[in-house]
Amino acid sequence: MSKQAFQKVFTNLTSITKATCTVQAENVANEEMALVDGKPAQVVKLVGDQVTLQIFKGTSGVSTNSEVVFLGKSPTLKVGDELIGRFFDAYGDPIDGGEPVEGKEIEIGGPAVNPVRRKQPSELIATGIAGIDLNNTLVTGQKIPFFADPDQPYNQVMADVALRAEVDKIILGGMGMLYDDFLYYKETFDAAGALDKIICFMNTTDDSAIERVLIPDMCLTAAEYFATVKNEKVLVLLTDMTLYADALSIVSNRMDQIPTKDFMPGSLYSDLAKIYEKAVQFPEGGSITIVAVTTLSGGDITHAIPDNTGYITEGQLFLRTDTDVLKVIVDPFRSLSRLKQLVIGKKTREDHPQVMNACIRLFSDAANAKTKLENGFDLTDYDKRSLDFAKDYSTNILAIDINIVVDEMLDRCWELFAKYFGKHEVGLKQELVDKYWKA
Amino acid sequence: MEKSKRIGKVYGIVQNLVSVKVDIPIMNREICYVVEPKNNTRLMAEVIKVNDNLVNIQVFESTRGVKIGSIVEFTGSMLEVDLGPGLLSRSLDGLQNDLNKIDGVFLPRGSYNSPINLEEEYEFTPTASVGDVVTGGDWLGHVKENWFEHRIMVPFILAGKYKIKTLKVKGMYKVKDMIAVIVDVKNNEEHVVTMCQKWPVHKPITNFADKKRPFKPLETGIRTMDTLNPMMEGGTGFIPGPFGCGKTVLQHNISQYAAADLIIIAACGERANEVVEIFVEFPELDDPRTGRKLMERTIIICNTSNMPVAAREASVYTAMTISEYYRQMGLKVILLADSTSRWAQALREISNKMEELPGPDAFPMDLTAIISSFYARAGFVELNNGNSGSITFIGTVSPAGGNLKEPVVEATKKSARCFYALSQKRADSKRYPAVDPVDSYSKYLEYDEVIKYMGANISDIWVDNVLKIKNILRRGKEAYEQINILGDDSVPISYHDIFWKSEVIDFTFLQQDAFDKIDCYSPIDRQKFMVKLILDICDANFNFKAFSEVQDYFKNIINNIKQMNYSEFQSDKFNEYQNKLQELIDEKRVQESV
Repeated sequence: MSKQAFQKVFTNLTSITKATCTVQAENVANEEMALVDGKPAQVVKLVGDQVTLQIFKGTSGVSTNSEVVFLGKSPTLKVGDELIGRFFDAYGDPIDGGEPVEGKEIEIGGPAVNPVRRKQPSELIATGIAGIDLNNTLVTGQKIPFFADPDQPYNQVMADVALRAEVDKIILGGMGMLYDDFLYYKETFDAAGALDKIICFMNTTDDSAIERVLIPDMCLTAAEYFATVKNEKVLVLLTDMTLYADALSIVSNRMDQIPTKDFMPGSLYSDLAKIYEKAVQFPEGGSITIVAVTTLSGGDITHAIPDNTGYITEGQLFLRTDTDVLKVIVDPFRSLSRLKQLVIGKKTREDHPQVMNACIRLFSDAANAKTKLENGFDLTDYDKRSLDFAKDYSTNILAIDINIVVDEMLDRCWELFAKYFGKHEVGLKQELVDKYWKA
Repeated sequence: MEKSKRIGKVYGIVQNLVSVKVDIPIMNREICYVVEPKNNTRLMAEVIKVNDNLVNIQVFESTRGVKIGSIVEFTGSMLEVDLGPGLLSRSLDGLQNDLNKIDGVFLPRGSYNSPINLEEEYEFTPTASVGDVVTGGDWLGHVKENWFEHRIMVPFILAGKYKIKTLKVKGMYKVKDMIAVIVDVKNNEEHVVTMCQKWPVHKPITNFADKKRPFKPLETGIRTMDTLNPMMEGGTGFIPGPFGCGKTVLQHNISQYAAADLIIIAACGERANEVVEIFVEFPELDDPRTGRKLMERTIIICNTSNMPVAAREASVYTAMTISEYYRQMGLKVILLADSTSRWAQALREISNKMEELPGPDAFPMDLTAIISSFYARAGFVELNNGNSGSITFIGTVSPAGGNLKEPVVEATKKSARCFYALSQKRADSKRYPAVDPVDSYSKYLEYDEVIKYMGANISDIWVDNVLKIKNILRRGKEAYEQINILGDDSVPISYHDIFWKSEVIDFTFLQQDAFDKIDCYSPIDRQKFMVKLILDICDANFNFKAFSEVQDYFKNIINNIKQMNYSEFQSDKFNEYQNKLQELIDEKRVQESV
């Protein structure tokens, strides 16, 4: 982002707050970018000839006679194949020491896809993790977050998902990411030899918090290029959306807007939806799939950020350590993939839906039995069997360190059914029992 | 009012709220267009506040690129929709643009069209006669739209008495061709009637003789609704629930199987992929009653969550106005809105930007009034010509954090008569549909006319049976709590018995597999049969020696009835399972001595 010749310079700043300044200027467009003493800023409010600018890196050092230059455009990204393998900051400028990218300049945060032009997602993205493939199948064009506490290994799981998933491009958007985690991703992708399909937009904790609000749009503008121009399957990873929302609340606070639940701006739902709804299956074969991370505070999903997210995304994934077997699993009760119905039993084996449900039901019976046990009651024979089943299921199917294909997962489930239960106890359709029951 | 040269200039911009300097008279809620200078795009907007010579307008799209001094053109009319033949099967956005007419994959700003095709010719058949005295909403004739007779009506705005002076004979006409000339009886003023009219969306269409209390059950094929908490033709209901509880699946099921002539779906601020599901499936799926494709009876008003927020508010009104138009033709219309919370949030965003003093959770103070006057537009009406029509309205509510005490739920509770509470607990244990049978209610079960109707048309003990089922469920819940507190062997066996009887009802009647070909739709006859079957089991005394027997026995019963649910009603397979079930019951049943 730089100054060019013939741009008019304004120097009459009438007010300066923590994050914004107001300058007297004319012929300025809403949402236009500007430089205030070289610092990137964006128009957020216009009243008469008073133009209010949000300065991303904060206003310390800005004075009433600072130079304000308007760039005549809203934030843009230059898109092209040169983006591949590169690392950028929130403005789309390289941070890997390489040359700036040449390409077509596109305004970020572009228009929505016409719903009637969308195609119904129907391709499964296999990850080898049963908690996802078996119970909460991912589909191209889907958007789904991990709801995780900060101490959970979500970055590792995300990296695993990214590397195992069969996609053409992976775009990583880091918001308020710890520098160490950034290096972790970089090294993991590098070690896997995947850098030729990675693009990264990064805002680490070293950068300004407000800048984060640009990251998702940068990622998705690049994603739209590869998905529409190149008809590629693009996977976008966004972490951490909670920190993105925090940045929104800072902005709205500085703009004197009335906060709603949990001090979030009233537009939080629409702001998040604008990002997540960029996930799409295009008719020509390209697709954008979004896997995000929303960190929770103490597992509280009623907080405005996870709550609004849950209403927008097509399901959510929870990680949990199963203390009985000491393995990290994708929690089968709370996790959900809304689009799985489009592929399970259709793109996968016919018994998938019923087997999946039966396992979860039996797993839940085990949880009830465990409560009974903890309350000091005697267990029935069925209770005991379901407890044994649950341990086996967790260790040999659900644990995230297991990497098998869906058919193998289903076969293992049938084995467990036969090992621990009678046919009438699993509540499955008779035809399926006749066909798949492992005697 | 002079229509040309009504122009103002942009004075301030905050997001999509723009203030405009004017020196002309301005009507509140008037539609205007802001001209974005760079690409010369005209952006539609609505006046929401007038203050001296400054007018606040909300722009229905992003205001990126608009400058101070940009031109604003005022139209002099409020937000209106076009009503006429050709709306059926369309996919419209919140401002009634036909989404299929917009080119390209993305939605460009400033692209507007009418869903009514002016060039298409329809065969008009007159049903009124020259010399008849008519009023707004009266039928002059009809054209064929898909499978039904689309009535051509006297424009709703003409509320007085008019005499038909001329009426076209049977033949092919375009939508804007003159169909009739009618003369005002009072002042002899002549009005030309075409097949198409405009109507402002915020104003209810009330050209009917009488609005009655709903009395006729509306069959949806969903057991937990039809039997336990029935919806009526012309009734209102709402479905609140935290995310992941199956609100949308439930609404889709209603839209597929409910016994209505017309389904209007307002996808309001929700996921685009859910709408795509309708686009993909409805042209393929059959209406179980008529055998026609579902799309033929559906209109989709689609303003997904990433589409402009301000148009979201308009979308529910657009949907309601179109529903009212078809109700005037004597049709049974179901309007489904998913979700009304998104609409309320849109109101909140606007009110917030206008710096109004906020009510609870920063929603506008008049939220309750806005919601209840919207629900009031539904209803069962008798038309002037003796026919009847209805709009059944079911809205979903997405309460923040699943908290049913939040403002939108509270406001809706005051206006809707049926309450379908989705429970997180049921959803977590995959008991779908997750409608809580005890917390949910249908006020219509208390209506005398409903009890009478059901007694005459289903069975004379129907409502008693329904209450009985509810009671067993309640007692089962209590027994379960006792068992949990005291332990399996410290309670009498009868506790286990009653708990498992309630589980039989839950697993075989309340739960319904929306994704199974047969189980997804259960006609009322089949429901009646199942109710009797299940109540027989619940009424029976069984001989159990130990509590451990109870669970195993009833699991067998449940499994058997579930297989019946998966089989074609009264097919050989169905009967086979029923016989097996009877054997099972007889095995343990204590024969009552006479």
